[in-house]
Amino acid sequence: MKKVILGDHAVSYGALLSRVQTIAAYPITPQTLIIERLSEMTANGESNAIFTKVESEHSAMASTVGSSASGARAFTATSSQGLALMHEMLHWAAGARLPIVMANVNRAMAPGWTIWTDQNDSLSARDTGWMQIYCQNNQEVLDSIILGYKVSEQVNLPTMVILDAFFLSHTAEGVDIPDIKEVDKFLPPYKPEIKMDINDPRSFGALTSPDVYMEFRYKMQESMDKAKEVITREGKEFGKMFGRKYGLVEEYRTEDADTILVASATVASTARAVIDEMREAGQKVGLLRIRVFRPFPTEEIVRVIGGKKKVIVIDRNISFGKTGIFFDEVKGAFYNYTGNKPPMFGYIAGLGGRDVTPKVIREIMDDAIKKDKPESEILWKGVKL
Amino acid sequence: MKHSKKEIKIKGASDMPEMSASLGSMAHNKTASWRNLKPVIDESKCIKCFICWKFCPDAAIDFTDENTPPKINYDYCKGCGICAHECPVKCIDMVEEER
Ligand code: SF4
Ligand code: SF4
Repeated sequence: MKKVILGDHAVSYGALLSRVQTIAAYPITPQTLIIERLSEMTANGESNAIFTKVESEHSAMASTVGSSASGARAFTATSSQGLALMHEMLHWAAGARLPIVMANVNRAMAPGWTIWTDQNDSLSARDTGWMQIYCQNNQEVLDSIILGYKVSEQVNLPTMVILDAFFLSHTAEGVDIPDIKEVDKFLPPYKPEIKMDINDPRSFGALTSPDVYMEFRYKMQESMDKAKEVITREGKEFGKMFGRKYGLVEEYRTEDADTILVASATVASTARAVIDEMREAGQKVGLLRIRVFRPFPTEEIVRVIGGKKKVIVIDRNISFGKTGIFFDEVKGAFYNYTGNKPPMFGYIAGLGGRDVTPKVIREIMDDAIKKDKPESEILWKGVKL
Repeated sequence: MKHSKKEIKIKGASDMPEMSASLGSMAHNKTASWRNLKPVIDESKCIKCFICWKFCPDAAIDFTDENTPPKINYDYCKGCGICAHECPVKCIDMVEEER
């Protein structure tokens, strides 16, 4: 059924269709609508999930960890300061190998106090062991929640489904809401191998000596590597069933392109219009959208942009003291590449919710195309000096 | 993955579970190896008030019945000395462990 819904409500529907069994959450703008809608769904019987109101995001994730460890399909959602507050528990969820799915609405970090989008909140959680999916529209948001459980429950790592504040969370778009019976065929009930069970008592996450700790970390990395295949396979399978295919990255007019723009989230969906406009003017440009940031799609990135003339990365985030984070990682992917390494331009734009319009993207493209090499590691777009 | 009573030897990552869950309950996982001081109850002086039993933070003191002095479970006692400190008749002695 097609409906016009907000990005936040696309998350709620994704959780409903995944038949989540527990929801523990604390409201924060711009995530609140996700939780409001889910509380209505549990109150009116649309969803059988147990809805727990908690006193903080730290408790939200702690509660979610507990219910997931006891074998429930567990869900929560947060944003920005809330994600930062649950940081300790993010490590716990991943280290305990729990297939939790959480939506995070990308909102810039305070101070100065803000509610608008950028990616520094979720990227600060980069090394926690969570998979991270950056969505470009509301349909992908809904689909990625379902896909998140399908993948997480195979690799025993949690998934963070990420959407831009306001540009998706509070923007209404046409979304196909699949029939729950069809979703059931794709996503069977969760059956963990080990869970908290009074008839088979165990201790979980107890003191782990230097003898074995490193092996647990090795196994997490092994699962992250495996997740690349699983995400690709399940994304194709999802495409066969629902007509929308998903991968680690998405290519747009890249094949014969000599200049590639790399972007994520809604900047990438806006960029598509700019690519079309430039193509019409005869310029050989293409777009590589990074959809999955963890596990990082090194091979796909090298395959698409290796040997190109120029690569332009737009980051709606910054690692202070370094550069934009996607830019840094895309460059890193090439260090051991023996082929022709394209010069890379790293632009930072749109921090704290500043608009990244087609005009802004076009100016970035034109600027990089006319230069042989970048004059500095960070190219600030639109900073008023 | 049902646990068994026999000892499990782990060689490396390939025979470990993904999560750090014990392969059995704490009944199989003795945790007293780092005890330096061992509490010893002088049963002839014990007045069976069970204050030690109540205070032990590790639940390492077993209760049998009201007429029997409590028994310290040396598989789990960490030697913190709280029981000896709390005992009203000072009949628990903390003795050095010999290894
Ligand atoms: S020494 Fe501490 S752990 Fe051991 S029995 Fe006494 S109170 Fe319990
Ligand atoms: S506290 Fe002392 S007297 Fe009381 S039960 Fe324990 S050992 Fe006996």
